[in-house]
Amino acid sequence: MMDKADFREILVILVKRWILIFLAIELVFFAVFGTNYLSLRNLQNILLTSTVVLLLATGQTFVIITGGIDLSVGFMVGFSGVICAKVMVSLQAAGISQSVAVSSGIAVALILGLLPGLINGLLVARLRVPPFIATFGMYGIAYGFAEIISNNVPIHNLPTLVSSIGHGYLIYWLPEKAFTFFKIPENLTRLELQNLVPIVPNVTVIAFIFVAIFAFILAKTRFGQHTYAIGGSVDAAERAGINVKRHLIKVYMISSFFASLAGVCYVLMFITGRAPAGSARLLDAVVAVVIGGASLYGGTGSIGGTIIGVLIIGVLQIGLVNLGVPTYNLYIAVGCILILAVLVDQFLPKLVHGKD
Amino acid sequence: MKPLLEVRNITKRFGGLTAVDNMDMKIFPGEVVGLLGDNGAGKSTLIKVISGVYRANKGKIFFAGKETRIDNPMHALKIGIETIYQDLALAENLNVYSNIFLGREKLKRFLGLIKILDHDYMLAESRKVLDQLEIEVPSLKKQIRTLSGGQRQAVAISRSIYWDAKLLIMDEPTAALGVVEQKNVLNLIKTLSSQDIPVLIISHQLHDVFSVASRLVIMRRGKKIAERMTKETTTDEIVGLIVGSIPGDYHDVNTDTAKGSDVNRRHFASKSGKNHRPKQNQG
Repeated sequence: MMDKADFREILVILVKRWILIFLAIELVFFAVFGTNYLSLRNLQNILLTSTVVLLLATGQTFVIITGGIDLSVGFMVGFSGVICAKVMVSLQAAGISQSVAVSSGIAVALILGLLPGLINGLLVARLRVPPFIATFGMYGIAYGFAEIISNNVPIHNLPTLVSSIGHGYLIYWLPEKAFTFFKIPENLTRLELQNLVPIVPNVTVIAFIFVAIFAFILAKTRFGQHTYAIGGSVDAAERAGINVKRHLIKVYMISSFFASLAGVCYVLMFITGRAPAGSARLLDAVVAVVIGGASLYGGTGSIGGTIIGVLIIGVLQIGLVNLGVPTYNLYIAVGCILILAVLVDQFLPKLVHGKD
Repeated sequence: MKPLLEVRNITKRFGGLTAVDNMDMKIFPGEVVGLLGDNGAGKSTLIKVISGVYRANKGKIFFAGKETRIDNPMHALKIGIETIYQDLALAENLNVYSNIFLGREKLKRFLGLIKILDHDYMLAESRKVLDQLEIEVPSLKKQIRTLSGGQRQAVAISRSIYWDAKLLIMDEPTAALGVVEQKNVLNLIKTLSSQDIPVLIISHQLHDVFSVASRLVIMRRGKKIAERMTKETTTDEIVGLIVGSIPGDYHDVNTDTAKGSDVNRRHFASKSGKNHRPKQNQG
């Protein structure tokens, strides 16, 4: 027999985990109604499509926990992508080896990508510009510069090394024959090539390494603790001797670092640098963070929750494609999920509090 | 016995207005001193001078026998003067022990190279200090937002004590609390003084001040006008001194208070403690 208190407790646990349950329901739904939805290839497609959003959302999680928001990341993807592609193309044209051209392109994009974050941070922390305004301004500025750098046209003709990284996989597996890392096994017949199983896209590996490092920083270190403290109360943080301004600048730089990394990953995946790339992913990133349990008022949120939020959107996106539903329906679905997430957030405390 | 804190001839002006005028005060180890006065009497300005928020125009501060210049709030904290304000400055989204260690987190090495938070240590140390002060909270892992006002105050006080506060200044500690909670905070103040930590308490709730303070310092118009041992006085006398219907000992400033005194007397007698911060102090 289950009495009322037990029932309530179970309900609270279920509601607290609602995003996991929601993700599971999505997967079951598409597994039943889709075609080959749970195949390895399709699941990897979900990871691949989610990469840019995952990176944006990870950086965004830090900013939102401090009680801010970073809208600039949408066009930061294009900004750093264009820089990355431009450097690669120019160096290749100058006759420099592919590996140097590619690594320089990535390095320059990541370093210059810190600049908008630094400016955002200075504006928000030192000059007290509201984060919404400062980063919205940067959103336009980044886009404008990206168009200038790319001369209004997508940058093509990148080194071939870019596609072998971007379209490559961590593991190649031919059942009972070959098992290699990063490289397609040599001397395969045409049939064997068809049966080759690629496992985990390189781009996903790159993204997950950085996401894991920053998840650790947020959850386990003093830096993470101070990020939460600032979101909880700037006064308390300042009184405790935390250098709030410097911390906020670092947080906005983390966000723009992740946005530039997303830009680099975009170049690797699509072998092109485009100024408007990724702008539509801004909404997805913010929604993923909010679904993941972060409050826009600051103080709560986690990378684990954000990852689930990203997956909920990715699974839905690929699922709609799988069912042949036009993808603009995704915007409707994502919008509904966002509102649902905020509603749960609002009523959850009441439910939990009622228990005490 | 030597005083832990002594202020001499402290004067603080804001433009043409003298908020604190030639003020002297001593606080001895283990003593609870009540600082009393009407709104605008200069109490808050005085404690802000002591806690480093304001710099005095004139006068000296001696702390632990040495003349000390207190330049800013962080400096005051460093030498052991802790001020517990009403807003308490706690991060509501963090748990109890994280707040006690906020800004001074204990770290340990993870895999030999990365420094991470040492939750076990912080939890155990926090429990020790809460036990020492006989404070009860439901769980040290609970977020501050789930605690009551009195419990929050207790957490703020334990943080001060853990980090070696030598003197606690409390501004209206009971103002926002329920009856039981008020009692708990007052008991905590008694515990502190029994452990030789002096407390300077500002409150409009005369009843509360009488129940914990051993000595009362009364200010009027920026000046100290009287000092009384709690045992040797009555609330009536203190109210009279505060509003000016009884002349002070040191300065005779009681000239034109007659028109306001009745109102003031009622204000104090009814314990309507939620005072407005004196406007003049903000400036």
